[in-house]
Amino acid sequence: MKEKTRVDDVDRSIYDIKNKDKDAYRFDSGLTREIVMQLSEEKNDPMWMRKFRLKCLDMFNNMGFPQWGPAIDGLDMDNIVTYVRPKDNKMVADWDEVPEEIKTTFERLGIPEAERESLAGVGAQYDSELVYHNLKEDVKAQGVIYSDLESELHGPYAEMIHEHFMKLIPPEDHKFAALHGAVWSGGSFVYVPPGVKVEIPLQSYFRLNAPGAGQFEHTLIIVDEGADLHFIEGCSAPKYNIANLHAGAVELFVGKNAKMRYSTIENWSKNMYNLNTKKARVEEGGSVEWISGSFGSHVSYLYPTSILAGRGASSEFTGVTFSGGGQDLDTGCKAIHLAPETTSFVNTRSISKDGGKNTFRSSVVVMPQAKNAKASVSCESLMLDSISRSDTIPAMDIRTQDADIGHEAKIGRISDDAVFYLMSRGLSEEEAKALIVSGFADNVSKELPLEYAVEMNNLIRLEMVGAIG
Amino acid sequence: MKDKILEVKNVYANVEDKEILKGLNLSVKKGETHVIMGPNGAGKSTLGNVLMGNPTYDVTKGSVKFMGENITGEDADKIAKLGMFMTFQNPIEVPGITLSNFIRSAYQNKMGGRIRIFEFKKKLKAAMEKLNMDPEYADRDLNVGFSGGEKKKAEILQLLMLKPELAILDETDSGLDVDSVRTVSAGVKAYKEETGGALIIITHSTRILESLDVDYTHILVDGKIVKTSDASLVDEVNRDGFEKYE
Repeated sequence: MKEKTRVDDVDRSIYDIKNKDKDAYRFDSGLTREIVMQLSEEKNDPMWMRKFRLKCLDMFNNMGFPQWGPAIDGLDMDNIVTYVRPKDNKMVADWDEVPEEIKTTFERLGIPEAERESLAGVGAQYDSELVYHNLKEDVKAQGVIYSDLESELHGPYAEMIHEHFMKLIPPEDHKFAALHGAVWSGGSFVYVPPGVKVEIPLQSYFRLNAPGAGQFEHTLIIVDEGADLHFIEGCSAPKYNIANLHAGAVELFVGKNAKMRYSTIENWSKNMYNLNTKKARVEEGGSVEWISGSFGSHVSYLYPTSILAGRGASSEFTGVTFSGGGQDLDTGCKAIHLAPETTSFVNTRSISKDGGKNTFRSSVVVMPQAKNAKASVSCESLMLDSISRSDTIPAMDIRTQDADIGHEAKIGRISDDAVFYLMSRGLSEEEAKALIVSGFADNVSKELPLEYAVEMNNLIRLEMVGAIG
Repeated sequence: MKDKILEVKNVYANVEDKEILKGLNLSVKKGETHVIMGPNGAGKSTLGNVLMGNPTYDVTKGSVKFMGENITGEDADKIAKLGMFMTFQNPIEVPGITLSNFIRSAYQNKMGGRIRIFEFKKKLKAAMEKLNMDPEYADRDLNVGFSGGEKKKAEILQLLMLKPELAILDETDSGLDVDSVRTVSAGVKAYKEETGGALIIITHSTRILESLDVDYTHILVDGKIVKTSDASLVDEVNRDGFEKYE
């Protein structure tokens, strides 16, 4: 389709432009107590955080790599640089004060423009540190806090952060949660006071520029009683020949009758190991919606988890995963029903081509006290050729009789009739297939704000047309 | 013969190794209306699919020329760009793109260059009115949840907007109620009047033909055209069926 919009001209080259990191300050590669302490020093961590990081490091060293998912042999922690920041970095609230080269990068990605047009606030992280953070005045006036976690650790919300930080995702969870706890840097802290409805979304964009580096941002969001927030997360990186690692953490606390929507379009380069952890805890009558588009990375392990803690809490997960050649993406979600009348809905699509591998993995747990819980899981896969692979592994652990549970899985191919139909109207074969795939993924695109839906469809077109032509 | 737009010469075609067309000849001049009738399984729809370049069908012998170019074995999009169009018996549903955006991009693809959105919407609205289509359909996803009748109308809407040199109507009237057939037929008539384009109408019934002037009627049996005559042949077939040709 030749439907031109401002983001229609994106092509891979925009994501692939690398800035030299000669001006960067970077730690030595590998992971030692000294490096972790150096990081604490760099960040002026409060004492509890210094101790916490070292505890996490010990746990990381004592835990094994996961044995059940895609291979991560190519990831050697001794070669990963845990901390890289622009020299003399300070976070600013004015794009003109951001160093020229970095500003240009974000301009190419359309971030300042999106901020002017459709966002209430923006955070931009470059390697390990935020370079920009801003929140519109009227949203600020409602008492909304949107800032980086490091400065807030020394501000009025320090105690709130201490109470919540890595409580949903404790380092015990898995090896990369422990790693995250030890070396986390950057990310955002958001607090929405009771009853405040943030009408337009906030967005954080994470850009990893340095080769062989890891990005470990921590996003902590607290949406208080009856409040309402939409948060968008975008990620990209240029392609290098050595492994990069993303092990971020997202913790969402959704209060009583509060609403949180968390949207992600992830377009990491194909040398990235994306081992990210996301969890939400939802109180009585609250709801969380996850919208998730996974396109990039070499290997992904990603399962946003909803803990439905209060009566009537609900979660909805809508996702699409696209794996091309050389990609092994293991994605899905989890829902844990701890209270009566809780509901969870899962609706995912996955697309694999050129030998790409997709695994959909979900887990629904309904505890005995979660009477009248309702859960439904639906996943559809599309394989574009016979060398690609798609697996579905839905797990259900239902411990009460009084629950309504449904599951549906479908695997298919693009129909030749559909391609012929579109070609008979003058579309090329690539365009026809791209259109069908975009349509297949429209469970996600129709949930995204328009600009992001267009960007997502562009990514699909790029993947589709790039390989055939 | 300058105004000959389509020439099918001795075409043999297979579907999954089964021979369906067995030496078919047909030529169509600019602006002519041809009707193809024949019993089930004779190869009527195969003919449409072969002309339009459906890769499921293999042409094993013979040639197809359209607008002066050899299109035997050519891709459907190239053939469409040369000015051929076919309505489908079962138009597929494509979520994620609206009817309006789909026609607009097909239009730009065919005509080359861009059309201003305002101008396009005006044209689309006028065409939809001719077909008694609810304007709300323009913003619905292509064919998704359309009734059988609305899908057929959406096909004719594309015909009206894309203005091909040659349109193949494959059983467009099947499964439609009397009113819908009348509307579709009026749409086809408008296409002829506005563009002077040619038609190949593959049909079982005569209702769609009532308001159209038919130049030739062909009887297709067992992969070959066995008789060609004027419009009067339609009535004869209606009366006597295909028995004497089989």
